[in-house]
Amino acid sequence: MSGMGDESRFGADERGFFGNFGGRFMPEALIAALDELDVAWRDAMADEAFVKSFDDILADYAGAPSKLYHAERLSAQHGARILLKREDLNHTGAHKIRNVLGQALLTKRMGKTRVIAETGAGQHGVASATAAAYFGLDCTVYMGAVDTRRQALNVARMQMLGAEVIAVESGSATLKDAINEALREWVASVDHTAYLFGTAAGPHPFPSMVRDFCRGIGDEAREQCLEQFGRLPDAVTACVGGGSNAIGLFTAFLEDEDVAIYGFEPGGDGVETGRHAATIFAGESGVLHGARTFVLQDQDGQTVESHSISAGLDYPGVGPQHSHLAQVGRARYLPVTDAEAMDAMALLARTEGIIPAIESAHALAGTLKLIPDLVAQHGPEATVIVNLSGRGDKDMGTAIEWFGLGRSDDETGDPR
Amino acid sequence: MSVNSTAHAFATARSEDRAALVGYLPAGFPDVQGSIDAMRTMVSAGCDVIEIGLPYSDPVMDGPTIQAAAQQALEQKTRTTDVLRVVEAVAATGTPTVVMTYWNPVERYGVERFATDLASAGGAGLITPDITPDSGAEWIAAADDRDLDKIFLVAPSSTDERIAMTTANCRGFVYATAVMGVTGTRSTTSDLAGPLVARTKATTDLPVGVGLGVSNGAQAREIAQFADGVIVGSAFVRVLQEHSADRAAGLRALGALTEDLARGVRR
Repeated sequence: MSGMGDESRFGADERGFFGNFGGRFMPEALIAALDELDVAWRDAMADEAFVKSFDDILADYAGAPSKLYHAERLSAQHGARILLKREDLNHTGAHKIRNVLGQALLTKRMGKTRVIAETGAGQHGVASATAAAYFGLDCTVYMGAVDTRRQALNVARMQMLGAEVIAVESGSATLKDAINEALREWVASVDHTAYLFGTAAGPHPFPSMVRDFCRGIGDEAREQCLEQFGRLPDAVTACVGGGSNAIGLFTAFLEDEDVAIYGFEPGGDGVETGRHAATIFAGESGVLHGARTFVLQDQDGQTVESHSISAGLDYPGVGPQHSHLAQVGRARYLPVTDAEAMDAMALLARTEGIIPAIESAHALAGTLKLIPDLVAQHGPEATVIVNLSGRGDKDMGTAIEWFGLGRSDDETGDPR
Repeated sequence: MSVNSTAHAFATARSEDRAALVGYLPAGFPDVQGSIDAMRTMVSAGCDVIEIGLPYSDPVMDGPTIQAAAQQALEQKTRTTDVLRVVEAVAATGTPTVVMTYWNPVERYGVERFATDLASAGGAGLITPDITPDSGAEWIAAADDRDLDKIFLVAPSSTDERIAMTTANCRGFVYATAVMGVTGTRSTTSDLAGPLVARTKATTDLPVGVGLGVSNGAQAREIAQFADGVIVGSAFVRVLQEHSADRAAGLRALGALTEDLARGVRR
């Protein structure tokens, strides 16, 4: 891991503000815990032994660095050089392992014995249960009751790994309610429990800390691109739900002014239908889960339910650093519909033999729409790095339904 | 000190050598008129301050009882303007009335506009569970301009420095959340409450109200030994939930609970 922290104009100030966004809008009962975490995180990041230990675990256990793969058939088809950052090949199948290993290592360092986590589709829950097993920590995962029914296979995975899964019935019984419940639980158990937050959102220091644990994605990709092609890419792209894989990729390129940065948000049925989760593109500034950021909300400031075919992107808020990067114009955030993402999922499967997560398929779909412009600007050597943040095994249930594949009587999404 | 400020209610209670009883219900539960009727019943039966909850979609500090009530209020399409209407109707009784609200609805309404409309509805101020004074500069300025109560929370995990910073920014009273956890009725009172109140009082002359899931007069009496106010929420909500089929019976039970609690705060 290189270049810990981000003191640049794109990073946060001491209070966790990225320009107008971020901060810490939290109950007093959690401030002491957030202060403790802030100190422990800064202290760990300044400790070479901690950083080396994290790097070693990523390499030996998670499989980092992930490959930067030149998708040649896809590139030939689209007339530009398309490079895939293969986070789908990491242990547990997504970039999320980086974040949880970092936070769990920090938990050990802080002397806490238990972790809690929220999860939407279950990916962060599985990753957290994995990290807890690896480090010998107790683990409780909060998951919306609607999601536990949609994602029973992931519930079983977490249980297999020794975690306790609690179904949350309140509110819309989805990810945002799981976060609320995990925060409530954290208030009551904070002396011995760490909250492994699943994305680069929430109150300070989570957005900056999660970014630091994920930024290996971009640091590796930048180095790999220079090494393999002798140049930087013209653009880097990622999907954005809460935004941890995206900020993990973007951070290394923020100061490279010639590298364009694109985040693709879940457009659901289309932003014009109101059924979407394109928070930056279509939301407005507000406060959700402890940070000021773009939020999907109604005129009274009540959070509006988001919609996406991808459970991992189905969140009505977004990490505050993304809101800041959008506001200052360093990154652009555009919506990609469910249908566009599913087309890209099939295309990558059939062109490259890689079944991406539907989340990552959003990044690919958006990128393909971008390519004519990139080629117009940079010629046929136009080079783009797409963060293939996760693999699609977990999404086969959705794919079966969408494409009418096979026959499944199993609503858990198990593709057997 | 105006008669509708919470400080006035606490001073009155103190002059009677008792704690003040602060009663909470969410606006719009079971519906807007139902919440007005319920809060007026609580006033007549002995609440000294009414705390009106602004129902919010993501209430991280509330337990399941109050969450369910707020959810019901939102399903009834309770708007921020309805909450202000409830404030007006309750404040008209002459009992100090504060709004307990998560921050985003206020930010969305406009902080200045909210403060103006709250003041003109007769509201005494705000309890803000998800902002601390160090994140609440805009609200502090708007409240100071209109002499509204700013009620911030202290918790057992707060350092002495943070308690001092918080109480220095409060007006009206200080809200001590005396269990590490969320709102909800509990069968035994917390041994965290006494030390927290003592640490808080060491920093301020403001009255200190304690909220920790009190559900009957005996528990209220226990808290009233060391606190200036006893804050009760979930127990009131539960009474209304238990009588959802018969509103008149619900109001009678609410009145009876209030009287029991009011006897309790008389120590």
